[in-house]
Amino acid sequence: MRGTLAKDPYNIVITGVGGQGNVMASRVLSDMLVRAGFKVTIGETFGMSQRGGSVMSHIRVSPETVWSPQIPKGGADLIVALEPLEAIRVLAGYGNPSVKVLVNMRPIYPVGVITGEDQYPSAETIRKTITALAAAARFLAATDEAVKLGNPILGNIVMIGAVAGLGVLPIDRGLFETVIREGMPAERAVANLRAFAIGEAAVA
Amino acid sequence: MNNKPGEDGMSVNGSRKEGAEVLLMGNEAIARGALEAGVRVAAGYPGTPSSEIIETLSRFSETGKLYVEWSTNEKVAMEVAAAASFAGLRSLCVMKQNGVNVASDFLLHLTGSGTRGGMVLVTCDDPGALSSVNEGESRHFARLMEIPLIEPADFGEAKEMTRWAFELSEEIRNVVMVRSVTRMSHASGNVVPGPLPVLKGKAEFICDGPVSDVERGPVISAPVIQKHRLQQEKLRRAVALFETSPFNAYAGPDKPELLIITSSACALYSREAVALLGAEGRAGILKLGTTWPLPPALLKRHLLMAEKVLIVEEVLPFLEDQVKILAAEQAREIGIKTFYGKNDGTLPMVGELNPDLVAEAVGRILGISPPALPAAYREKLQEFAAMVTKREQTFCPGCPHRASFWIIREALQRDRRRGFVCGDIGCYAMAALFQAAGFHTAKTLHAMGSGTGIASGFGKLGPFGMEQPVIAVCGDSTFYHAAIPALINAVHQKADITFIALDNSGTAMTGFQPHPGIAVNAMGETAPRVEIGALCSAMGAPVVCEDPFDLVRTRETLNRLLESPGVKVLILKQSCALSPEKKGKKQFLVQVDEALCRGEDCGCNRLCTRIFRCPGLLWNRERKKAEIDEVICAGCGFCTGICPAGAILSEEAAKS
Ligand code: SF4
Ligand code: SF4
Repeated sequence: MRGTLAKDPYNIVITGVGGQGNVMASRVLSDMLVRAGFKVTIGETFGMSQRGGSVMSHIRVSPETVWSPQIPKGGADLIVALEPLEAIRVLAGYGNPSVKVLVNMRPIYPVGVITGEDQYPSAETIRKTITALAAAARFLAATDEAVKLGNPILGNIVMIGAVAGLGVLPIDRGLFETVIREGMPAERAVANLRAFAIGEAAVA
Repeated sequence: MNNKPGEDGMSVNGSRKEGAEVLLMGNEAIARGALEAGVRVAAGYPGTPSSEIIETLSRFSETGKLYVEWSTNEKVAMEVAAAASFAGLRSLCVMKQNGVNVASDFLLHLTGSGTRGGMVLVTCDDPGALSSVNEGESRHFARLMEIPLIEPADFGEAKEMTRWAFELSEEIRNVVMVRSVTRMSHASGNVVPGPLPVLKGKAEFICDGPVSDVERGPVISAPVIQKHRLQQEKLRRAVALFETSPFNAYAGPDKPELLIITSSACALYSREAVALLGAEGRAGILKLGTTWPLPPALLKRHLLMAEKVLIVEEVLPFLEDQVKILAAEQAREIGIKTFYGKNDGTLPMVGELNPDLVAEAVGRILGISPPALPAAYREKLQEFAAMVTKREQTFCPGCPHRASFWIIREALQRDRRRGFVCGDIGCYAMAALFQAAGFHTAKTLHAMGSGTGIASGFGKLGPFGMEQPVIAVCGDSTFYHAAIPALINAVHQKADITFIALDNSGTAMTGFQPHPGIAVNAMGETAPRVEIGALCSAMGAPVVCEDPFDLVRTRETLNRLLESPGVKVLILKQSCALSPEKKGKKQFLVQVDEALCRGEDCGCNRLCTRIFRCPGLLWNRERKKAEIDEVICAGCGFCTGICPAGAILSEEAAKS
């Protein structure tokens, strides 16, 4: 049975920096939604992402229609940011007064910041900005939680857990478990399931 | 690129069973279509956004029913696939847009000779050059080579059309071209996998008939006039099939004010644009799957419906030109139309399209404004957008290319003759694309292998007064692909160049596909290695091999080579920082000794962070000192050599 969506299409942007597992996160979330009976389109911008660039996946969810792999400007319903600066970058392009935002607060500094030419906004400024631009915003320490689980990359799964926890999409832990168990060996699935549960609880 | 699904050990749905709807990437859907068609041989050369097609197929090669290879270049890939077709098997060749240029000489002759087993050419274009150094348009090749062209517009179609392309190829006994774009190939959506066929038929090249017998004779493009005529007859057969193809579909009112004609990802943008404007009652969309040759009767039926026609496509106005030709031919029956598209500036001539650009264009024609955000919100966005600093792309921490270009920079500075580097295609192209990444040394960047050919030309300008030393850089995969003829030329013509092979043991840029220098092939079998050094020696060039992480020694070698005449080959060997044997393992533990770091007072003007720019070495604004970020540093140890004060220290990491 297919659940219902707040909108058709429901538009999700997952963003981060190359190497954060952005593509896998969008793939897992979309896989869950396809199994839940929806038509999903993922559009991915990952040209040279492994070399420190911004990465962005657009996920369009619909009961019946295949939508374009690019969300129209100002058209995001949910933004999932694996990196805080990227949350603001995506808001600038796809934000609107009713957008919801989930942010992993661990920064990854751009080269310009590393070399001292540019400045990275403070955590305080980032929170204020996102809160001002979003209808609802949740700030998570997904990377810290993932490090506790033994692998920082699991931050992406913590964030997917948080998406489920928000309750805006008809997906749950059972569906996640199916996807993960089919996709990887049992030992690795355990850490993923734990990461998911942490994210889910963090927004509950 | 390495960021593909399947990374992190997630299984790729391309292997999932038939029946249920699954999520597939466009490239996986194309691969699945080929599998469902019973493809037996698949060959390609890696290039974003096409690489995942061959990668997906290679995962099926274990069954022994499918042969998959990464060929040395696209022309060879096409030749390998053609041989299978000549032997009666279904075959696939895959490349990115500019790869078709490389293969085109063979393609011209192949389409003249015709094929036997179904043979499909998949090209993936990159509108907007998201990961290319050109905005090449491959569709013109279909016209140039007189072969049918089809373009999928969603993921299910990507699979279905690829499958059908093999049937069409067998029907007309010629190559069929399937064109995808980045936003199809790298996007994902629902696909219903169909059954995989039972593979039958053995490979046999039947060639005992006369030249005139296309089924049993030799496969050649001569007698040319006769074969050319036959080729055009085949094309007419394809057009007849296109007239009733289910891949062409109209949706919209019977008498729309505006008819939108579109294909590929642009069909999705057009649909979205019409929905954004709420113009479903005023605009109709004719989505074409068979885009060359256009089926004239189908076009006529639809052109009759509306006075205004907008053509939405990427990259060049290919469809637009063809539609206009048909409209001119049919003017008497369909009347005068007003055309909108790229030629009149309704849509941009360069860059990729998206739903917003199409909505603006449709809105302008119909007099509707696209929905806008509230003004107050827009102002807030603008105010905050300023804090979003750019994310510059650069070499990975521990990348051997950063070290190589640092050495080149130092050697050229010492040399003092204003020498420069001719760049080439691979990760190291970043040295030319983002000047800071290559320390402003790389000054030309064109096609695969062109750096060496251009250097060969520069190397002959001495008699005209050119005194600058010339360096060509070339990655290992690029070397096999196209640099060899250029290097032979340079040797034979006695050009004065220093050729540097940046050998990082893999096609790092596109995700570590094997190449002839590596002892493994696309199917994971061990394979003989073809050594770059041995090849260069055989050409008669002196060959020196150095480690780019050994700054002083390699720089001295390079300075010596720059002094001597003729072609000199320097192989800088060090594997990619992301290669499986290196990833996550540090060779050195590196630290900045704060007492030794002179900070802002150092005469080097922060050489370490401002110029060297390894993401692992950062500038601490508060303390005004350099420091190592232990999480990001890959432990290559190279930066210890760049600090004039000797403040960056390293010790060998314990082997785990
Ligand atoms: S380390 Fe490898 S992937 Fe990274 S930039 Fe260098 S060659 Fe490319
Ligand atoms: S050792 Fe230096 S150059 Fe190498 S990765 Fe670490 S910071 Fe970068």
